Amino acid sequence: MLEKALVGSKKYWVWVAFLGFFALSGLYYYLQQFKYGLGLTGLSRDVSWGLYIGQFTFLVGVAASAVMLVIPHYLHDYKKFSKIVILGEFLAIAAVTMCILFIFVDMGQPMRIMNVVLHPTLNSVMFWDSVVLSGYLFLNLMIGWVTLSSDRKGVAPPKWIKPLIYLSVPWAVSIHTVTAFLYAGLPGRHFWLSAVMAARFLASAFAGGPALLIILALIVRKVTKFDPGKEPIQTLGVIVTYAMFANVFLLGLEFFTAFYSNIPGHMESFKYLYAGLHGHNELVPMMWTSSIFALVSLVMLLIPSIRRNEVTLSFACIMLFISLWIDKGFGLIIGGFVPNMMNQIRPYWPTRQESIITLGVWAIGFLILTFLYKIAVSVREETAGVEIEH
Amino acid sequence: MSIDRRQFLKIAGISSLLGIGATAASATHNVWIKGIEPPQVEPGKEALTAEHWAMVVDMSKFKTEEDIKKAVSACHTTHNVPDFGNIKDEIKWIWKEKYESAFPDQENPYMEEKIKEMPFIVLCNHCENPACVRVCPTQATFKRKQDGIVMMDMHRCIGCRFCMAACPYGARSFNYRDPRPFIKNENKEYPTRTKGVVEKCTFCTERLAVGKIPACVEAAPKGGLIFGDLADRNSEIRKIVETRYTIRRKAELGTGPSVYYLIGGNEHA
Repeated sequence: MLEKALVGSKKYWVWVAFLGFFALSGLYYYLQQFKYGLGLTGLSRDVSWGLYIGQFTFLVGVAASAVMLVIPHYLHDYKKFSKIVILGEFLAIAAVTMCILFIFVDMGQPMRIMNVVLHPTLNSVMFWDSVVLSGYLFLNLMIGWVTLSSDRKGVAPPKWIKPLIYLSVPWAVSIHTVTAFLYAGLPGRHFWLSAVMAARFLASAFAGGPALLIILALIVRKVTKFDPGKEPIQTLGVIVTYAMFANVFLLGLEFFTAFYSNIPGHMESFKYLYAGLHGHNELVPMMWTSSIFALVSLVMLLIPSIRRNEVTLSFACIMLFISLWIDKGFGLIIGGFVPNMMNQIRPYWPTRQESIITLGVWAIGFLILTFLYKIAVSVREETAGVEIEH
Repeated sequence: MSIDRRQFLKIAGISSLLGIGATAASATHNVWIKGIEPPQVEPGKEALTAEHWAMVVDMSKFKTEEDIKKAVSACHTTHNVPDFGNIKDEIKWIWKEKYESAFPDQENPYMEEKIKEMPFIVLCNHCENPACVRVCPTQATFKRKQDGIVMMDMHRCIGCRFCMAACPYGARSFNYRDPRPFIKNENKEYPTRTKGVVEKCTFCTERLAVGKIPACVEAAPKGGLIFGDLADRNSEIRKIVETRYTIRRKAELGTGPSVYYLIGGNEHA
């Protein structure tokens, strides 16, 4: 099936070249970073994780969100998803690949990456995160490939794939739970030391991932002959609405605990992010943009007529995605480091090189996504009209 | 964590294959015979040993800023800690902080001005339950079984900086760039580091191994830094901690810091 990614229209190749340009720019600056060190980024001894780890965290959520298609389709036999479940699984593959790349570009000694395997350390959450992420990548590659090949041949997928599909459900939950545990178990980082962290991560993932999928499905319909269908998109819209509601609710819980308890350590990061602290308000405009986008998109999704209109639905999804990206891909990480352990404010802002490397990784992810979607869409176009039970 | 000859050869072999283990090979002859870990110095006959190394910082003995500077620069020159001249790349093993920074949430508005403004010496606390060790994915940072010192294996560290996120004391620094051009007078007796690894205070394991007390303790005013075995009932440090009122940084987090502070400045404090 791979050959299907190698044939395409002129538009297809222009898009691939566009992404390729950003991927190569990222690679160029990564080689500079490789030579000079992470000093090329805006990181410091006070804010030691930044944009890279933020993207990693956010994309683990996007990857996990495939489960929002797998559960209705495979556990509840919701037939309407049979055409687009592959889009979710392939999105997960691209997202996990980006996660791995973001971890890689964040490492001080990337050539020693195999040390994680050579010295497996069961008490380190990072060890478990690498285990669950690579497992999830494997599961989605297997499931996506096997089911799509069967579709192409017009046969039902082999029985042995079913256990893997069922396994992928708790596995998806595990990747984001373990990622939350990277943060939620550290003494002294009050902003992260929250029992609802994993729940928040899952809620925001199940809102942001399907929102992106809605946008992608609409693009697929526009640029190809494959129509993912109106109803599956509407069902996804409902899923996004519930998940976003849970996410906003959980964030509200964090605010309550911090401010009603009035414990300075718990309040300070929130103050820094949303109001500014000791004259530092670098992130305030971003965080308010995130909050406003979150509320506006939630209200839009809650109004049935707006949600049912695909144009307004896609606007709501874009706002929601940006909101969650700011909140989880940036604010969540930086807020944990500011103020620092000495209660001082040392602001962080990504450098130009760091931003281009980040863009480069996204471009590689979207290249993978483009190839995978091209394959899936070509198969769908071939088998249009043929319905297969699985 | 213990290591046998076979395991060590495996590590050394694979890391040299990856082109990163130049120093691992040179440490070999000691390591497999004595069964000590790669980053350690083989203890000599005169080595100072303890069950639980700990430190008391007696603030009353530090009269001037100069007293603190001496201790800090003794450490940083001994250990080839670079000076980049900027906060972003900064690396430090021992430094001074105001009371409100060293002990956040413990200040009050009516505190004696002297204490408020006094510079406190801070360093790695060599915790009994170190969060940094718990999170490290490669055991590059580990707690030495025999004496509780929290150590770093610079050749194993992958530079993920999870330990920096986990340490509640901000005791760890990362080599954001090649540190070597920024070392003023290199001490050939102690290794320099490469870019991309985390480092911190080691309670001078290399000096203890040859019978010397830590460099900061030696350079500080007499009695300013008291270093000893907290597990030994008859040690000076144990007597101080038993008889005087000491505080520790963020002890409520359960990390069990091994650095104690005497704040009052007189015998009745």
